[in-house]
Amino acid sequence: MSDENAAAVLSEEDLDLEALYRDSNVRDALEALDRELVGLVPVKTRVREIAALLLVEKLRRRVGLEAEAPPLHMSFTGNPGTGKTTVAQRMAGILHGLGYVRKGHLVAVTRDDLVGQYIGHTAPKTKEVLKRAMGGVLFIDEAYYLYRPENERDYGQEAIEILLQVMENQRDDLVVIFAGYKDRMDRFFGSNPGMASRVAHHIDFPDYSEEELFAIAELLLEQMQYRLSEPAAQTLREYIGLRKAQPHFANARSIRNALDRARLRQANRLFERRDRGALSRSMLATIEPEDIRASRVFGAAEETS
Amino acid sequence: MRLTQGTFSFLPDLTDDQIRAQIEYCLEQGWAVSVEYTDDPHPRNTYWEMYGHPMFDLRDAAGALEEVDACRKTFPNHYVKVNAFDATLGWEALRLSFIVNRPPEEPGFALDRAEREGRRLAYTTRPAAAGRERS
Repeated sequence: MSDENAAAVLSEEDLDLEALYRDSNVRDALEALDRELVGLVPVKTRVREIAALLLVEKLRRRVGLEAEAPPLHMSFTGNPGTGKTTVAQRMAGILHGLGYVRKGHLVAVTRDDLVGQYIGHTAPKTKEVLKRAMGGVLFIDEAYYLYRPENERDYGQEAIEILLQVMENQRDDLVVIFAGYKDRMDRFFGSNPGMASRVAHHIDFPDYSEEELFAIAELLLEQMQYRLSEPAAQTLREYIGLRKAQPHFANARSIRNALDRARLRQANRLFERRDRGALSRSMLATIEPEDIRASRVFGAAEETS
Repeated sequence: MRLTQGTFSFLPDLTDDQIRAQIEYCLEQGWAVSVEYTDDPHPRNTYWEMYGHPMFDLRDAAGALEEVDACRKTFPNHYVKVNAFDATLGWEALRLSFIVNRPPEEPGFALDRAEREGRRLAYTTRPAAAGRERS
């Protein structure tokens, strides 16, 4: 009864979703997500949906409607370098902005941090990590290594059980994000049905197209205050096409590495011509085609052709 | 007899929310929180038993509170305290320590009288609880 009365005195202002959105710092986080992450449309849509849900829940609570905090444990699947960790970091920020987690920090761990080496070592280790992650987001990279079906005495199972318990009972305290390759994660969830049913959001990170990879490269260079000369941009496009076809391609990470090597070569090129007069600001900032052309990716392409 | 040791000990017992707020404050200061218990609350007994490890790198009080609860459940008839350790150079010491659990009945201390050489008498305080629990 008192809830309804409380709702009656709320003015229209209190139910203004736009105002709530504006006031929470979520908008900045979502806009940054759009601006700084190229592509990833399905991921962004899902993040938006989650943000919308939490905002609406907030309003529902204000008018006294039933508003149980939704479980937000997630699984991020995708190939290497598709931005799983980056999005997890942003996710922590967004959830913090919406007041879903209290501190909004990200604790990134792998099997080694959770699973012990002898009997009785696993539980304290896992609990330690969980305690550190309280109030934030626990990001478990390559989560499928936790479960090793070939060894039934593997301690991973113990870590999984503790995780499950905390995921179920302490939803307010932390959000767990599992990450890894799609097929292996599917197998992991397939053999741990309890885990699968407690993970509400399965988000798949698609591979980047060549166009998107180029956009990422430009964004990275801009952050590092470099720029590509016109022909260098052309060369980079070529490079991306070739690199993509090669083994061990790790999407954005490969691009970042390629750019780091290009910077190395640019520095070396400038160093070589040090006796030929002073450098200009634009020379220091520009990456030329030969910086990229020297990559062994081009060599390999010529060999095979 | 109510034991008055550590911070807040002259106040009514802290509620869980108050404990949380205190731990939250400690973490904000960058102190490491730990939980200790004892059945021997003699003022000179500096070394209480540690419950688990000191918790470094915590960001939220929830984790520490969980340890406090676990310790209280395991030792409902002991004294339990929360310590906050400051590791900054120059401090390297406890900055805050407060009791979070007391036995339902606090037996207090007994005054023991010992006869020494000649007709000298020596007095010592002995926590009544300690003897009872141990024997």
